[in-house]
Amino acid sequence: MENEIPPALQGPTAKEKKYDRQLRLWGAHGQMALEESHILLINSGPGVVGLETLKNLVLPGIGNFTIQDSAVVTQADLGVNFFLEDKHMGQFRAEHTCNLLKELNPDVEGHFITEPVELFLNKPNALKPYTLVLVTAPIRPELLSQLSSHANATNTPLFYIHSVGFYSHFAINLPLAFPVVDTHPSPESTTDLRLLNPWPELVQYAAEKTKDLESMNNEDHGHVPYVCLLLYYLGQWRKDHDGRVPQDYKEKTAFRNLVSDAARTNTPEGSEENYDEAVAAVLKSLNPAEPSSAVKEIFKAPECQRIDEQSPSFWIIARAISNFYDKHTALPLPGSVPDMKARSADYVQLQNVYKTKARKDIAEVLEDVRRIEEEVGKKTKVDEKEVETFCKNAAHVKLIRGRPFHVVQAGQSIKWGDRAKSLAQMLTFPGSLLPLYIAFLAYDEFTATPNKDSLGSASQIPGAADARLDVENVISVSRKIIDDLINEAGTFIEDPEYSEVLSTTADFVKELVRAGGAELHNISALTGGLVSQEVIKVITEQYIPVDNTCVFDGIRSKSEVIRV
Amino acid sequence: MTLAMTGTVELEPSQPSNARAKWKHMDTVLDRSGPFTDPDFRPGETPKESLARAKVLVIGAGGLGCEMLKDLASSGFRDIHVIDMDTIDVSNLNRQFLFRQEDVGKFKAEVAAQRVEKRSGSGVKITPYCGKIQDKDEDYYKQFAMIICGLDSIEARRWINATLVGMVDEEDPDSLKPLIDGGTEGFKGQARVIFPTMTSCIECQLDMHAPRAAVPLCTLATIPRQPQHCIEWAHIIAWEEERKGDILDTDDPEHITWLYQKALKRAEQFNISGVTYSMTQGVVKNIIPAIASTNAIVAAACCNEAFKIITSCNPCLGLPGTDNYMMYTGDESVYTYTFEHQKKPDCPVCGNLSRPLQVNQDSTLGEFLDSLTERPEAQLKKPTIRTEAKSLYYQSPPSLEEQTRHNLSKKLSELVENGEEVAIQDPAFPTTFKYKLVFQK
Repeated sequence: MENEIPPALQGPTAKEKKYDRQLRLWGAHGQMALEESHILLINSGPGVVGLETLKNLVLPGIGNFTIQDSAVVTQADLGVNFFLEDKHMGQFRAEHTCNLLKELNPDVEGHFITEPVELFLNKPNALKPYTLVLVTAPIRPELLSQLSSHANATNTPLFYIHSVGFYSHFAINLPLAFPVVDTHPSPESTTDLRLLNPWPELVQYAAEKTKDLESMNNEDHGHVPYVCLLLYYLGQWRKDHDGRVPQDYKEKTAFRNLVSDAARTNTPEGSEENYDEAVAAVLKSLNPAEPSSAVKEIFKAPECQRIDEQSPSFWIIARAISNFYDKHTALPLPGSVPDMKARSADYVQLQNVYKTKARKDIAEVLEDVRRIEEEVGKKTKVDEKEVETFCKNAAHVKLIRGRPFHVVQAGQSIKWGDRAKSLAQMLTFPGSLLPLYIAFLAYDEFTATPNKDSLGSASQIPGAADARLDVENVISVSRKIIDDLINEAGTFIEDPEYSEVLSTTADFVKELVRAGGAELHNISALTGGLVSQEVIKVITEQYIPVDNTCVFDGIRSKSEVIRV
Repeated sequence: MTLAMTGTVELEPSQPSNARAKWKHMDTVLDRSGPFTDPDFRPGETPKESLARAKVLVIGAGGLGCEMLKDLASSGFRDIHVIDMDTIDVSNLNRQFLFRQEDVGKFKAEVAAQRVEKRSGSGVKITPYCGKIQDKDEDYYKQFAMIICGLDSIEARRWINATLVGMVDEEDPDSLKPLIDGGTEGFKGQARVIFPTMTSCIECQLDMHAPRAAVPLCTLATIPRQPQHCIEWAHIIAWEEERKGDILDTDDPEHITWLYQKALKRAEQFNISGVTYSMTQGVVKNIIPAIASTNAIVAAACCNEAFKIITSCNPCLGLPGTDNYMMYTGDESVYTYTFEHQKKPDCPVCGNLSRPLQVNQDSTLGEFLDSLTERPEAQLKKPTIRTEAKSLYYQSPPSLEEQTRHNLSKKLSELVENGEEVAIQDPAFPTTFKYKLVFQK
């Protein structure tokens, strides 16, 4: 070993240096997914929020972006839009915003399309190159419907975004099944020690380390890992309680006192760190390893029940883990051990006990995966790494059921479907921002309604000309939406709650109309931050995306996520 | 309520109407009242002039600062100052969007100011200062209508907070400078508004940002268990032993490589896996993950408040009795929690009462002073401490240090009474912290 050459300098590459602060979040895997993406922005309206979104995607290094925007730069763009300069007046907005965004990261390819959105969307396969589509309001409903149909037919995520005055909204249309394995749960929530049903190797390890515990010298006694201490005292507790473990809060507290009283106080510090750790871990570690309802729902999902040769790997692994759970009434062991007071060798040995068990569980799941593949005649094999990651995160995997967002059509009622009941209830929650979402729907309906007084089909923006007149119209639209929702839910909201819902919504409408379709840079920048964050989650398939609508109130600085 | 604002500059207050065309979006909102605006709000020229006249200071030209400069310049602010002592590093480029590869090594404040000024066209002036906030005195801070912070250091926040609290003169409403503060870490962040002495200040909120507990030295020295323990050992112990005299430069790749290889070797000795170059860098430089999207959200939330405070076009956060703190989490869906953080009457900076500190009367003064670094409610690194009657320990000058050094080994119970008030000063802060030492037993 002495004359072994030290490892060569494995310094980071230029790319790793540039992206260091984000690679620490989504890793090389996530970065690769970003680099393979091509994002289309259909930039209608003032167009600030769309560009602020793209800015936060160009910086971390998406592969490609394309801006569709047929607008020509006006004076009004120059104040509010940071990606334009005075000299661009009268030229295509798409071209110059694209160029200034490209400056932010030479690794990103940017493209622009200046033909009107109607023409662009009419071309065959116009949307084919894009992995994800962003569209900003206002846009004509038939075009939004067309984008929505494309999203659902091709499983291409679609985002629809509003930024109006002090308010904003975005909705995400994800595929019907959007599973996330790498959800990045907080480290505290992932600790799974299996103290209530330890396997033989763990029992044996704990027994070795707690042999003659009472007669150990202080130095040894203070270095017994707390996992072993808890197993040791659980053994004592079982003896006194007919073999049962502590059941409820009261018993757990009693058990905690048992552990606490056993700590030695004749040490220089007057206490023992490993006992302190054991005491602190009692309430959170002595719970049965019951999977969350979200995980159980995945097991019950039709895609998990009916595996065929077309099934994506997520469902094949989910099925195998569901089988594993049926057999063992436990999920595969994640295998990580939190840091704890212990001697180095003891700790490493403990880590190995958990890792070995975790590997055994993975092997069992993998074997079942292969069996299922064989059974359904699946040609491509699931990657072993994928099985491993799934097993480690099994308790925290998340399935999002994407659904189309509301496309408001002039004169047509909005359908709330299976969400009607709970949303009608939510209407009366104090501080709920559902009325703000309804105000946005009313805003869209007003915009979609052809203006009798003007020629052509140009959309009219509430408050763009006469705020006072438009306010009354949009309020009455919003009122109809609320009544329709309550009707569809088959419920009834009594006064004074009903009047309160109406007046809250009317205030949101008034503030929306006040803006007359104007974007405030701060609200668009903030919303661009939110949307870009969600795009990153969707592309990298990491962390948990919004399901499925988010509204932001810049007056109270509050947001709310609503499933509609 | 309305607040008097200072910070007027010699700019033509309202421009001819064709130049206002640029601000059509913003003006639509400023020319109308809304359902939530204060009845005293007068739409039209007043808010526009307030914006044009307001001189504001942005502290920090990093991830948040770059965003803030853009946000303010694109919201009608025309006289913006920015302070930052740092130079541009390649790892800034994934989010600090005003900087390019060729700017690496230049001062952040200077490059950021130039870029925003050029992009925003005539009428916007950005004045950079490349240096420390501590270089400037009260007269400097007094010229601004408000201070907006985009910092990554708690210490700098506490310094500016204590300075602004100290500046408040009840006779002079101009002396009260609203402080808007943003902070981010990965997918999380916060935006808060402080009206010094009137509402909860940074020091009142200090325990919301508890320092990470340090690993005990004996773990590093004798029983490492984690790859991080091996890296800390290389960083704190091995470097001191083997390269005494060399000043560790965490930006020098040779130094990091040396630590990495030392840590790797130690990890192999103890059968610990997981030491990587990237982790070594992360531990030694205390790197906090940072992304463009979170910075955009938090910076814009701060500047949105600045805009509302200056124009009064809608209610802002931070007035007494209203929400003043927005907490943001974005890793699991999108979540904000906006609430009122209460002012603490025993805040050592803005309160009138001394804050109780639970102490073990048997620990020595030295042990107690060491513990102040980590206690979430104190976080002081070089404390000087005295009671009303006597000096307990002085960090400087050397003569006083020598005179008071013998107290370090004395028990607290020998030096102070239970519940006695002590004054603690730290060279990092322009203030005296008042605490009351309460014996635990």
